[in-house]
Amino acid sequence: MSHGGGGRAMARLIRDIFLRHLANPLLDQGHDATRIDAGSGRIAVTTDAHVISPLFFPGGDIGSLAVHGTLNDLAMAGARPLALTAAFIIEEGFPLADLDRIAASMGRACREAGVPVATGDTKVVERGKGDGVFITTSGVGVVPEGVDIGPRRLRAGQAILLSGPIGDHGIAILSKRQGLEFGTEIRSDSAALHRMVADMVAAVPGIAVLRDPTRGGLSATLNELAGAAGLGMQLDERAIPVRPEVASACELLGLDPLNVANEGKLVCICEGEDAETLLAVMRAHVEGRDAARIGHVTVGPAGFVCMTTAIGGQRVVDWLSGEQLPRIC
Amino acid sequence: MTAADAWVGRRIRVRGLVQGVGFRPHVWRLAQALNLAGSVANDGEGVVIHVWGDAATLDGFQARLWREAPPLARVDGMEAAPHDGPAPGGFTITASAAGRVRTGVVPDAATCPACQAELFDPADRRHGYAFGNCTHCGPRLSIVSAIPYDRANTAMAAFPMCPACAAEYADPADRRFHAQPTACPACGPRLWLEPAPDAGTDPLDAAAALLRAGGIVALKGIGGFHLACDAANAGAVMELRRRKARDAKPFALMARSVEEVGRYCRLDAAARDLLTSPAAPIVLLPRRPDGAPLPDGLAPDQDHLGFMLPYTPLHHLLMARLDGPLVMTSGNRSDEPQVTANGDARDRLAGLADAWLMHDRAILNRLDDSVVTTSAGAPVILRRARGYAPVPLPLPSGFEGLPPTLAMGGELKATFCLMREGQAILSQHIGDLEDAAALDDYRAMLRLYRDLFDFTPAVVAVDAHPDYLSTTLGAALARECGARLVRVGHHHAHMAACLADAGIGLAEGGEGAFGLVLDGLGLGADGTLWGGEILQGGYRGVARVGHIAPVALAGGAAAMREPWRNLVAQLRHAFGAAWRDHAGAVLAHLPPGAPVALLERMLETGTNTPPCSSAGRLFDAVAAALGVHPARIGHEAQAAMALEALARPHLGGVQPYPVALGGGDPVVMGWAPMWRALLADLATGESPGRIAARFHLGVAEALVAAVARVGASQGTVVALSGGVLQNAIILGELQSRLRGIGCRPVTHRQVPANDGGLALGQAVLGALMAPTA
Ligand SMILES: [Fe+3]
Ligand SMILES: [Mg+2]
Ligand SMILES: [Zn+2]
Ligand SMILES: [Zn+2]
Repeated sequence: MSHGGGGRAMARLIRDIFLRHLANPLLDQGHDATRIDAGSGRIAVTTDAHVISPLFFPGGDIGSLAVHGTLNDLAMAGARPLALTAAFIIEEGFPLADLDRIAASMGRACREAGVPVATGDTKVVERGKGDGVFITTSGVGVVPEGVDIGPRRLRAGQAILLSGPIGDHGIAILSKRQGLEFGTEIRSDSAALHRMVADMVAAVPGIAVLRDPTRGGLSATLNELAGAAGLGMQLDERAIPVRPEVASACELLGLDPLNVANEGKLVCICEGEDAETLLAVMRAHVEGRDAARIGHVTVGPAGFVCMTTAIGGQRVVDWLSGEQLPRIC
Repeated sequence: MTAADAWVGRRIRVRGLVQGVGFRPHVWRLAQALNLAGSVANDGEGVVIHVWGDAATLDGFQARLWREAPPLARVDGMEAAPHDGPAPGGFTITASAAGRVRTGVVPDAATCPACQAELFDPADRRHGYAFGNCTHCGPRLSIVSAIPYDRANTAMAAFPMCPACAAEYADPADRRFHAQPTACPACGPRLWLEPAPDAGTDPLDAAAALLRAGGIVALKGIGGFHLACDAANAGAVMELRRRKARDAKPFALMARSVEEVGRYCRLDAAARDLLTSPAAPIVLLPRRPDGAPLPDGLAPDQDHLGFMLPYTPLHHLLMARLDGPLVMTSGNRSDEPQVTANGDARDRLAGLADAWLMHDRAILNRLDDSVVTTSAGAPVILRRARGYAPVPLPLPSGFEGLPPTLAMGGELKATFCLMREGQAILSQHIGDLEDAAALDDYRAMLRLYRDLFDFTPAVVAVDAHPDYLSTTLGAALARECGARLVRVGHHHAHMAACLADAGIGLAEGGEGAFGLVLDGLGLGADGTLWGGEILQGGYRGVARVGHIAPVALAGGAAAMREPWRNLVAQLRHAFGAAWRDHAGAVLAHLPPGAPVALLERMLETGTNTPPCSSAGRLFDAVAAALGVHPARIGHEAQAAMALEALARPHLGGVQPYPVALGGGDPVVMGWAPMWRALLADLATGESPGRIAARFHLGVAEALVAAVARVGASQGTVVALSGGVLQNAIILGELQSRLRGIGCRPVTHRQVPANDGGLALGQAVLGALMAPTA
């Protein structure tokens, strides 16, 4: 692909690749601003810039990830997604075949999710000014009446649920990027969670918190919530699902699965009496097949997440400041 | 009245640890004996005495005040001035003036000789009673909940004194005058055994029988529970290891007497003094080659044993029923903090103990046993807790008048430090903060110490590492108190801790000194991980003038647990991708099935392999090369300690390995020549002990050569700090070699060289770095 300032080449690119894979009635309106019938309820809006290396990885690619990530951000507000937008920043020279693969994957993810890309934009930057392709997706959705999700609703005694095994995405990306071949291929868990969330919200409208433990993993998500609410959390390590191959990869890499990113998991915090109902709803979906109750909210120590370890000790689940510098040695 | 006409008055000020230790009754008794008149009182600065008598008697009085001071007192200074006014009739103890007095709290102290004598005197009313104590001994910090230090603010509040105890408590002539935890069988704590023995069986007899039969007994002590078993019973020792899930960490031992310790270990005068001191620490002692046999499982790979003597009446009564030493290890699972509460002991030690010897005096504050060794006849403290905390450490000159500073310490072996008015109060060893119970203790102790010492910080000093829990807590605390937050470099703090601990004042140690700081890792000033550092400067600031060549930590903290990772990283660093061609026999020491190829790939791609100039990991790598715990270590420094023990007998007969001094500014110590020589030695079948010795000497030689290269000269102060300095060979070799080039090595005295002493350095640096308002 060559660097263009709009014009005919760009129009052809959009038509041949994006419109072909992402076609839907909203996008086909051909407007810069697409009109959507929102029905009643509050509007939820989100946006996410996706930069990832490698662009293709076991279990997905940047295209499907861009769709899932934004749908999940809407879902975590309890919203029913209506539409997405997508903006592509493409580095000059990026292979068209790869772009086609990404757009196709996006189209597939949208169709599976039942949520269209309503409008989009494409820019090409000079060689060396990008890293293949960046995708920014925004999403709009509607939050049903009676749903009010947020950390200020956290109370001591509430149950902490997790929709399935952690660490798959981060390890899949890392092993692909660094060429680390573990015995079994570890696949990203990238998936759209909004359908499962819709059923969860329908079953228990009073869910206190939904979060997708993406960057920083489960520990960052829970520490952030504990800090925001001024409460503590108590986890049970044995209850937290981790695939054996992910656990052993983490062991070698010296990483804690609790700190590793996920792209198709959610944490749900709810009243204790709703926990079993929600677990049943989650387990009825393929994305929540291995859902588990992993702990509960405590009065304190405020802002700390503690965990009963597999050998029965109590450890503080830490929140690392990004760099992942070892503290102890 | 002729005598009284010649009387003069004096005002005597006594400074030091003179409150809560029976100093006023000591003054009173002495004045009574010498027929002096006057009064004695506590005040904000210590003890003040107004006394009248003839000049010669007063001189004698002063001399004896000092010489015969009570066992727990520490007299730092005494000044006398003439005092006008008429002599009162008699000598009185004046009640403390409310408000200004800072009685503080003294450390827990081992049962004194007088109380021991009572314990075994059938005529005494405390004969056989497990909880007797007096002004000179007994629990202190472990039972206090608030100031002032009165019985009502201790765990003894639950035990109202009987008339006999109350009379002793009120009598200045009695050894128990104002002894807050005093007790007797009529009014004090009770002892029992669970499960209960047959009716009528004494709980101590039953516990002793169980121990003799190879059982494991949980024993409630001063600062926490212990797990005890017969140290001579190999089966019991192995069973205790199995139940504790503790494969190799040495067990502490308790012997009845110094003489009994001497049957197993070599003792010098310093070690004897330590064993019998009121602090009664665990003393690490070299095993006697001809010593009485003990099971190998007590301290695998170690040439030292850790012994302590009984320090409570309960210990004395139990040991008197046995005929050999007991294992006395902390009552916990694996590496958790020891339990302190009866309920926790029942729950957490279920399955570990066969019986529980418990009592109803609560342990309010956990205090682990302190661990001390000796070097060249002087004590070297390895873990500072029971018996030492919270004794204030006097700081050298130059630290007066600085803002009150709270230093939060490190992450492992955490302690914190309150610094004020030229004194530093270092908390007891609390443990690894990632352990939730230790973190709880840390927060509770912080509250307690701030209350006991009425302390509000103007400065909070934390480590530069953003992810230490102590850093997070310190930042929050600084916000709460409106204090300044100061981030202190890890190795600078180590160096400053050593300088301050060694009594180097601000004027002398401000700049121009060197620091040799060797540890596992800490965050350096350039944002990378440091751990084998030569720093130049002092309290006012340091420059990194030399360091160990940085080598990848393959898998971050996983490199600490698995020494083989460091071996691969070191060899790959020394020889490049073709390292296997050089490795020879070492390859056989890589653990079977170890994912070496994947680890190499991690190293190639820089996947969680941050470079670190760690000294600790270098020791691990060399240990792994010799087949010493290559796969995994169960406790910190396990491989390095085994390597040290291996090296010790061979130091005399070997040459140091060569080390490359490269770089320039800073000078970088590279280990490729060392590895080449080591691998050649292995190839020729040289013994692991001699190789270990050559390595130790090589490290010491390289460090000293590097210090000389960067400008250390005649009289230069070189501070030796960091956890690796707990290696006695390295410490000793560095000291003698530094003296050999005319330098003046200084070492830790009162605080550990490892991160347990870090807070002291953070405190002095934090106070200096915070601009005065
Ligand atoms: Fe350190
Ligand atoms: Mg987002
Ligand atoms: Zn006593
Ligand atoms: Zn009594």
